[in-house]
Amino acid sequence: MRVLLFGPLRDVAGWRERTLASPPPSLAALKAALARDDAALGQALDRPGVQAAVNKAIVRGDATLCADAEVAFLPPMSGG
Amino acid sequence: MTVRLQSDPFAPGELLAAFCQGRRDVGAVVSFTGLVRGEGETTLALELEAYPGFTDLEIGRMADAAALRHGLIDVLIVHRIGRMRPGEPIVFVATAAAHRRAAFEAADQLMDYLKSRAPFWKKSVDVTGERWIEPRPQDYQDAQRWDDAPAPDTLEDRK
Repeated sequence: MRVLLFGPLRDVAGWRERTLASPPPSLAALKAALARDDAALGQALDRPGVQAAVNKAIVRGDATLCADAEVAFLPPMSGG
Repeated sequence: MTVRLQSDPFAPGELLAAFCQGRRDVGAVVSFTGLVRGEGETTLALELEAYPGFTDLEIGRMADAAALRHGLIDVLIVHRIGRMRPGEPIVFVATAAAHRRAAFEAADQLMDYLKSRAPFWKKSVDVTGERWIEPRPQDYQDAQRWDDAPAPDTLEDRK
């Protein structure tokens, strides 16, 4: 599973992309795992306006994740 | 309909000339070029981040909707990503239609969308450091104009 962070989230976490060897089964589980690893990132992911995209499609609420999913966390968009 | 994200600089004049070439059914082409605006002498650069495969698809979806709404014949959107300096072109939008009103309004709508809702993350770099930028309230208001307005009767006209 590939996890991607964009914009300010990348600065909070200090990384942009990570491949997880043991992929969590759901979006909620993934967020919980990331928060366990890095509390500041966990808080940043819970901020209003942060969206998640699974395989480049926005998902609302929780979602089950395939082991080879690409999950991106998208903070509020700024426009160009 | 073409949407392109690129880190290389572009020449707006060349894009416009190529976009106009060989068209027989188009009566109006409107183009808009946005430049990186520096604030005084302090702005050093702007950094724009996109999510390739997502950002271009979202912009394309919006361009399709605008093309349908205004009855466009063609659209070209070129957006730079990565690091840019003040004065450099950052965005180019061209719309082609049978008549001018549709071309003007579609370009206006597309720019309002690109400035406020397009999936980019923008950072300004100045002498004091770096900071992430959010759209101005005016940018959101500009984009909302198109949410409320009824679509023009273009589709009726074409029946």
